[in-house]
Amino acid sequence: MAMRYTLKTFGITRDILGGKEVAFEMEGVKVSELKSELMLRFPEMKTLNSLFIAVNNTYAEDDLVISESDEIALIPPVSGG
Amino acid sequence: MIKITEKAIDVQKVIETASNLGAGAVNAFIGTVRNKAKDKNVVWLEYEAYEAMAVGEIRKIIDEAAHKWDLMGWAVSHRIGTLKPGEVAVVVAVSTAHRKASFEACQYIIDNVKAKTPIWKKEVFDDGEEWVDARPVANANN
Repeated sequence: MAMRYTLKTFGITRDILGGKEVAFEMEGVKVSELKSELMLRFPEMKTLNSLFIAVNNTYAEDDLVISESDEIALIPPVSGG
Repeated sequence: MIKITEKAIDVQKVIETASNLGAGAVNAFIGTVRNKAKDKNVVWLEYEAYEAMAVGEIRKIIDEAAHKWDLMGWAVSHRIGTLKPGEVAVVVAVSTAHRKASFEACQYIIDNVKAKTPIWKKEVFDDGEEWVDARPVANANN
């Protein structure tokens, strides 16, 4: 069954996905699957120096299982300071 | 105090917040916007933050620093929004009993804030714009 996630985007990922919050449907339930699916659907994501996923305001490991109610954010290379 | 703000940072206030009467050293790092990047003229920078997460990440960094050094006070303030060259983007201030720990702790905090905190900046030049460090340099303009 396809899951429907809501992705918050920041920095260059907002330009690539084209929205501040983007609905994203896929079969997978792991952070690693979300990353692969993003690279597949938005090949430009592969050109970034790095891509992390934050789940509920914390950096997530690849094997973390996500749910539709989680706050999921795309974290491209940070450049504060 | 951890603050992410669209308003100009009051540097003196950040330093006062970090100060402590028992401390013999207050160390402050002030990060400012440069007018050049990769030999191009920077007109302005756009900063954005994932605010809820950024505050939590900075708190973790402070906790790590407090484990390594005996911090008597600290404060971090990061600006977001549109900044022009010369404006203050970030201030980190710490106070400790003696100066050595204050230098080390201040550097540890700013280095980790830059490396881990979900804050991004876009450089806007005369002839284009670019999210800083998003891509390898050779592909930066693709």
